[in-house]
Amino acid sequence: MSSNQKLIPSATQTAGPFFHFGLIRPEWADLTSGGKAQGEKISLEGRVTDGDGAPLPDAIVEIWQANATGKYEHPEDAQDKPVDKNFRGFGRAFTDKGGVFRFSTVKPGPVPGRGNALQAPHIAVTLAARGLLHHLFTRVYFAGEALNKTDPVLSSIEDPVAQKTLIAEPKGKTNGSAVWRFDIVLQGKGETVFFDF
Amino acid sequence: MAEIKEYNHERPGGQPSNDWAAYASTVKRHPLRKPVALKQTLTEITGPVFTNGWTGPQTTDLTKQHKAEPIGERMILAGRILDEDGKPVPHTLVEIWQANSAGRYVHPGDSHPAPLDPNFTGRGDIVTNDKGEFRFLSVIPGAYPWRNTYNAWRAKHVHFSVFGPAFATRIITQMYFPGDPLLDLDPIYNAVPDEAARKRLISAYDPNLSEAEWALGYRFDIVLRGRSATPVGI
Repeated sequence: MSSNQKLIPSATQTAGPFFHFGLIRPEWADLTSGGKAQGEKISLEGRVTDGDGAPLPDAIVEIWQANATGKYEHPEDAQDKPVDKNFRGFGRAFTDKGGVFRFSTVKPGPVPGRGNALQAPHIAVTLAARGLLHHLFTRVYFAGEALNKTDPVLSSIEDPVAQKTLIAEPKGKTNGSAVWRFDIVLQGKGETVFFDF
Repeated sequence: MAEIKEYNHERPGGQPSNDWAAYASTVKRHPLRKPVALKQTLTEITGPVFTNGWTGPQTTDLTKQHKAEPIGERMILAGRILDEDGKPVPHTLVEIWQANSAGRYVHPGDSHPAPLDPNFTGRGDIVTNDKGEFRFLSVIPGAYPWRNTYNAWRAKHVHFSVFGPAFATRIITQMYFPGDPLLDLDPIYNAVPDEAARKRLISAYDPNLSEAEWALGYRFDIVLRGRSATPVGI
């Protein structure tokens, strides 16, 4: 089939400011089934800010990640690794008035990249909000991971300042879980690296 | 060795740019740098699976969420989730939200002085069936003013959130109504450069979907990114 016979894909449109009542799933900010998921529990949190440094009180942050062993619960993940029935790998949180989002999850294991490459532990992120006509894609990596140095995506970002925007930093503990801080800057100084794929 | 069947890249003009000053909220929120091209990996071609019921009970009748029926023109809203080859996307989550028939959202931030309807929330969700189909019963949302420019009004719309088979196929969009005179003036709708892609966001009135003495039928299909036939390796 030639490409001009294909259907035209639907375009994205902004989620607008009034999505909360429509997309609310408070339980989706906890990916661990109340702590039952296997692996190291973490709190992933951060602030989303705009080009003036002002927090976004109306952003939707969604994450997708492998479980603690590096397995995605998806039919196309053919790895011989166990699925964790207490871990779906998907989360959604809204930013609060201060622009802050927060997930309870587990530290993902490494997953295969293309060919023989191994990807460092990472979490895929989408961000939608009023003022964004198309959601943004980014990734969270974890400071101090040995695999960060050889990760194909991370090492494709040559500018060290830009690369740093993809790396969450440890910020102590909350309720026994390590806190990883990942701020997202939409525009200007310290602008987060966003991806297109 | 991991083989990746990539999802197709977006077509030129087929998607809105975030750098679109006609919609004032974009000005301080759009990234200034071009996004970095990422070669899809297992992370991007996988995504949440909805076959196992973990999203809980569905809400497909938005007219029965309260004691009585909402005010407004009753609407059957039905369609399919497809890929670019026209293949249905089964078992994927579709979430909708909308204003009531007076153009007011059940949201504390909505200050439009139109009445709230005690019998209408305006949220629904469904997991598509084997044929990629969804069907909701609701009321037609009203248009409402917004402060983008003086005396600006949003075209009537229903918000849609759809996942598809992978993280790469996730979209949030809006469905519009045929013949709405506000469409030509709506900077969100007109942010999509390609006319055919814009028109895909307009539902079709379908007399065969309408039910006599009961409700108007609107049909709306959503097309997600398809994928290449051949895996790229390596």
